[in-house]
Amino acid sequence: MLAHEFMRNALLAGTGIGLACGLVGYFLVLRAQVFAGDALSHVAFTGGLAAAVVGVDVLAGLFAATVAGACALGLLGESSRADDATIGSLFAWSLGLGVLFLSIFVRGRSAGNGTAGVRVLFGSIFGLDTSAVRTAVLVTLAVSGLLLAIARPLLFASLDPDVAEARGTPVGALAFAFLVLLGVVAAEATQAVGALLLLGLLAAPAGAAHRLTTRPYRGLTVSGLLAVGAVWVGLVASYEVSALPPSSAIVFAAVGSYLLALAVSTVRSRSRAYCS
Amino acid sequence: MPEAAVFEGLSWDPLADLDRLLSYPFMVNALEAGTIVAVLAGVTGWFMVLRGQAFAGHTLSLVAFPGAAAASLVGLPVAVGYFAFCALAALPLAGVGGQRRSLSGESAAIGSVQALALGLGFLFVSLYHGLLTGLDSLLFGTFLGITETQVLALLVVAAVSLLLLALVARPLVFASVDADVARASGVPVRLLGLGFLLLLGLSVAETSQITGALLVFALLVTPAATAHELTLRPVLGVALSAALALAVTWLGLALAYFSIYPVGFYVTTLSFGLYAVVRVGRRAGRRRGALRLAVEAS
Repeated sequence: MLAHEFMRNALLAGTGIGLACGLVGYFLVLRAQVFAGDALSHVAFTGGLAAAVVGVDVLAGLFAATVAGACALGLLGESSRADDATIGSLFAWSLGLGVLFLSIFVRGRSAGNGTAGVRVLFGSIFGLDTSAVRTAVLVTLAVSGLLLAIARPLLFASLDPDVAEARGTPVGALAFAFLVLLGVVAAEATQAVGALLLLGLLAAPAGAAHRLTTRPYRGLTVSGLLAVGAVWVGLVASYEVSALPPSSAIVFAAVGSYLLALAVSTVRSRSRAYCS
Repeated sequence: MPEAAVFEGLSWDPLADLDRLLSYPFMVNALEAGTIVAVLAGVTGWFMVLRGQAFAGHTLSLVAFPGAAAASLVGLPVAVGYFAFCALAALPLAGVGGQRRSLSGESAAIGSVQALALGLGFLFVSLYHGLLTGLDSLLFGTFLGITETQVLALLVVAAVSLLLLALVARPLVFASVDADVARASGVPVRLLGLGFLLLLGLSVAETSQITGALLVFALLVTPAATAHELTLRPVLGVALSAALALAVTWLGLALAYFSIYPVGFYVTTLSFGLYAVVRVGRRAGRRRGALRLAVEAS
């Protein structure tokens, strides 16, 4: 299996992306901002297609769109607490724009079928070339490093924003920085699992970690490991079963880990109730 | 059928344009279906925004996609897939919401349901080896080729769901605004929550047959959010939400007819533009009001 270059590339890039998604996802779940991640993944779709229409590198479009989307969410969050309805309206519109770009793109090519749209929506991790893998690994390592660097104050600001504010922690700036990191991860992960499925990699391993432990650093580690594990299991499964697309397999593995954690935590709390 | 007429642009006579628009049966069917769907989405969307369930609503609307894909894989009518999957997905979502554990656990669970649904949808589509254009219309909808039987089916489902919603409207508003007090006065809050999600699933399944799984949410959330900005009164808000959804759908369909761009783009852009204008206008109005109060006080 490892003799194939595409498989080695996919495993390498997938490991980086899984790690970054797991770490960012842990905070995403902790801050109850999964809906913001959902929104950014849709913004990524629009960005990728806009880049395809203009004819620039798709990754550049993804980064531009998700970071801009993160900034918009951050600004909305500052002026008033950005409620679900506002976030929802914003990304419903961005999807509408995405559809416009898709129709322009499909019309522009005589061969005209929507493979570009499908690739952005559902990812193509087996299609990554060596330079894309290098970018993916560098970007995701940088994001993970930055996130770990601000992990302590971010944790404080997420758990108790008022006390953190009173202690002089820059709560607003941290929230903003976190959203931008989320945007970068969303753009990078879109390449691997696609705009529609990246939420699975963000939410499911992190949700599992939150179920398994309440201790923050242990949870962060578990979440990162589970996400990387989900990517590996998914890649191997989709290599063995050719009918199974890699993006679906990765998401199934991630959701599987969440269901398992749900079962474990239920059994654990039940047996604890039985003992006492 | 004179094909060329379809791609003629707008003339300067709106009535003649309207005549031309309505001279094609497919366009009449599209407008009828659009009307039914818009009213239903506007009304259910108002309750969704009131209950703060936009994320759950969005997840339900994406579940329509694997539903349709599974149905075409097995060879059933697509509508069956839409309704079965949306109703099925309402159950775990209601279970999650009912636990009242914590906000963060809830959002992780909803996200996982959504991811599972989309992963399944992609799997079904690739198993089906369906045409990619078929995938596009599952995701982004099509308003061409709606038959009269479909319109009739839409009408029946919409009438039933609106009737059910009207029956539970009062306790539902009560339970949404203040769950604890409602529970204390004997309103079955959890049951209402489940019932509402089932109804939401029903309307999503219905709407996504026209708009596609990705764009249902635009009709559900944006007109409703605009209505909530404009008024706090329930009856007026529901009416306003439905009226706005209707207006953007009609305009969007007409614009899409006279141009080459997709209807989803027009509907989302019109409704978001409206929302942004209302939001900014309200904020400016509030600031002016605060200023006046300050001047009067001094």
